[in-house]
Amino acid sequence: MNRLRQFGVGFLLPLALGLAALSLLLWGLDYDPSAGLRALWSGAFGSWYALTSATLVRATPLIILGLGFALAFRGGALNIGMEGQFLAGAIAATWVGVRVGAWHPLLAVPAVWAAGILAGALWVLVPVLLKLRLGVLEVITTLLLNFVAEAVVSYMVQGPLQEVSRVYPQSDPLALAAQLPLLGGTRLHLGFAVGLVLAGVGALIFARSVWGFKLKAVGAGPRAAWMSGRIPSARLLAGALLISGAIAGLGGAIEVGGVTHALFQNLSPGYGFTAIAVALLARGDPIGIVGTGLLFGALEAGASAMQRDAGIPSVAVSIVQATVIIVILLGDVAARRRRTLTVAPEVIEVE
Amino acid sequence: MDPILAQGFLEASVRVATPLLLAALGEMLAERGGIINLGIEGAMLAGALGAALGASSAGVWGGVGVALLAGVLLTLVFVIVSVRFQADQIITGTAITMAAVGLTGVVYRHAFGVGGAGLTLPTFKPLVVPVLNRIPVVGPALFGQSVLVYLSWAAVPLCWLLLFKTRWGLALRAAGEDPEAAAASGVRVIGIRAAAVLLGGALAGLAGGTLVLAQVGTFAEEMTAGRGFIAIAIVVLGRWHPVGVLGAALLFGAATALQFLFQAMGLGVPYQLFLVLPYLLALVALSGGMGQARIPTALGRPLVGGQS
Repeated sequence: MNRLRQFGVGFLLPLALGLAALSLLLWGLDYDPSAGLRALWSGAFGSWYALTSATLVRATPLIILGLGFALAFRGGALNIGMEGQFLAGAIAATWVGVRVGAWHPLLAVPAVWAAGILAGALWVLVPVLLKLRLGVLEVITTLLLNFVAEAVVSYMVQGPLQEVSRVYPQSDPLALAAQLPLLGGTRLHLGFAVGLVLAGVGALIFARSVWGFKLKAVGAGPRAAWMSGRIPSARLLAGALLISGAIAGLGGAIEVGGVTHALFQNLSPGYGFTAIAVALLARGDPIGIVGTGLLFGALEAGASAMQRDAGIPSVAVSIVQATVIIVILLGDVAARRRRTLTVAPEVIEVE
Repeated sequence: MDPILAQGFLEASVRVATPLLLAALGEMLAERGGIINLGIEGAMLAGALGAALGASSAGVWGGVGVALLAGVLLTLVFVIVSVRFQADQIITGTAITMAAVGLTGVVYRHAFGVGGAGLTLPTFKPLVVPVLNRIPVVGPALFGQSVLVYLSWAAVPLCWLLLFKTRWGLALRAAGEDPEAAAASGVRVIGIRAAAVLLGGALAGLAGGTLVLAQVGTFAEEMTAGRGFIAIAIVVLGRWHPVGVLGAALLFGAATALQFLFQAMGLGVPYQLFLVLPYLLALVALSGGMGQARIPTALGRPLVGGQS
């Protein structure tokens, strides 16, 4: 009963209010909300092709990035720079991917992934060092580096990584050996399976490993973690942020290897930010992130259909995402208040 | 340096610095009260669209009015969630900015059509200050600007007075340093924080409006391009002080204007290098300033256990 209630209040209510906010906006601007929502639905679930080639393909980066956010968030760090780490991973993956034409796919694909992982971790290294050495908020530094990453992509596709024919600002396609295999007749690629495996590994780490437990202790309160268990919060958090960046970089490599097969500007329609809503809606639970990732993947897929079929700009769905985040935050506040009202005032947390 | 080039560089620096200065002054007020508002990027974007909507029907001053209103309305959501109910400020601010991207995108296309590249809006004409503009090089650069630029300069001493010479400012700073003690001594912490953040939202809206009405003359989706986040770095570099914020904003204006200068000089450097310069400068600024003692002690921290 309690779980059912939690599912309703913690998941269905934010989602319903998010869709309601979208409908209200569409209605206020004289669009037809029911046509919009219908297009949204059919674009996401209307056919086998829509489900596999739109929804699951869009869900893949969201699941991977959502896991990356959840990992750092568990330790109390906010990685708002996943967009930049994703792009850094995509750049490095492209750089390797166009050069491995003569390799066997079993070598080429891991090489591309390794490049993405490394670049993602490197991209978050500066914010991590600034946080450790100087106490600079990682939120702002990771955010700023998003814009730097975008400029680097722009430079790369007009410079070192531009296609050989030099016509468009984009890279050459990745070597066939570096492109991810597809599920027959669809655009669904191996990366989706990678997302599922990562979620499983994440669930194991969170539930079973000492490291996962320590990270949670740091997230709950760095001082208490040190006092009670001598857990070095700074080092643990730095590790979590680096892995978070590495996961985001892998996400970029998988997107390039499985979907776009080339680097160009505006590669990501804000996956790094949508992933925050994905992770929060799942309360940072890795298996839950698969579910919420699918949900937001469906929203993104449906949004494209909404723009195509109902003439409603696809950016409209970020209203749903923002509303979901805000409703969850307010729900947590309400829950905290109920708790503090039912326990004795002496145990109210004081920093 | 060639005086005409120098004058153009100086003029561009000041012009580019203006929205950064306005947004940073607003963020400074919020942070002095202990609230870090990442939603100012969204408030700027809303202000920019508001300015476009207002200016297209009611002229430039109509644009200013709607820009202010848009900034305040969007920030009101942040205030309710994050100040009144004390939810996480960082996540709320991020969500507000996300919402602004979606809202402005939809409203813009609805109001001006999809292929709106041809949208041209009325802009503020330069208001030449007599006598002062005769000063060589500096004169035309500083005193041939639009009225919004002069307004932003006036906001610097006004913010200083507000922060350091009024009871309200004292109470606000108390709320930012030690909210529990402030509450115990009778300060309405939540109310005063809310007022400061809303004032900051108005300034961010005006900053977005300045971008449209005194610089570009049109609106583009996501046109603020992280200027709100740069404003946060400016606050740090300016040590949470109005005069420092003015200096830091001018520095960032100059860093941005460098690209015009280098383009004019015809150096063969990729233009993206100049695009990233302000962001890299912001990183350096943060590294220099965050560990300092000047940071409001309770920044980002809600009032513990209180409802005042």
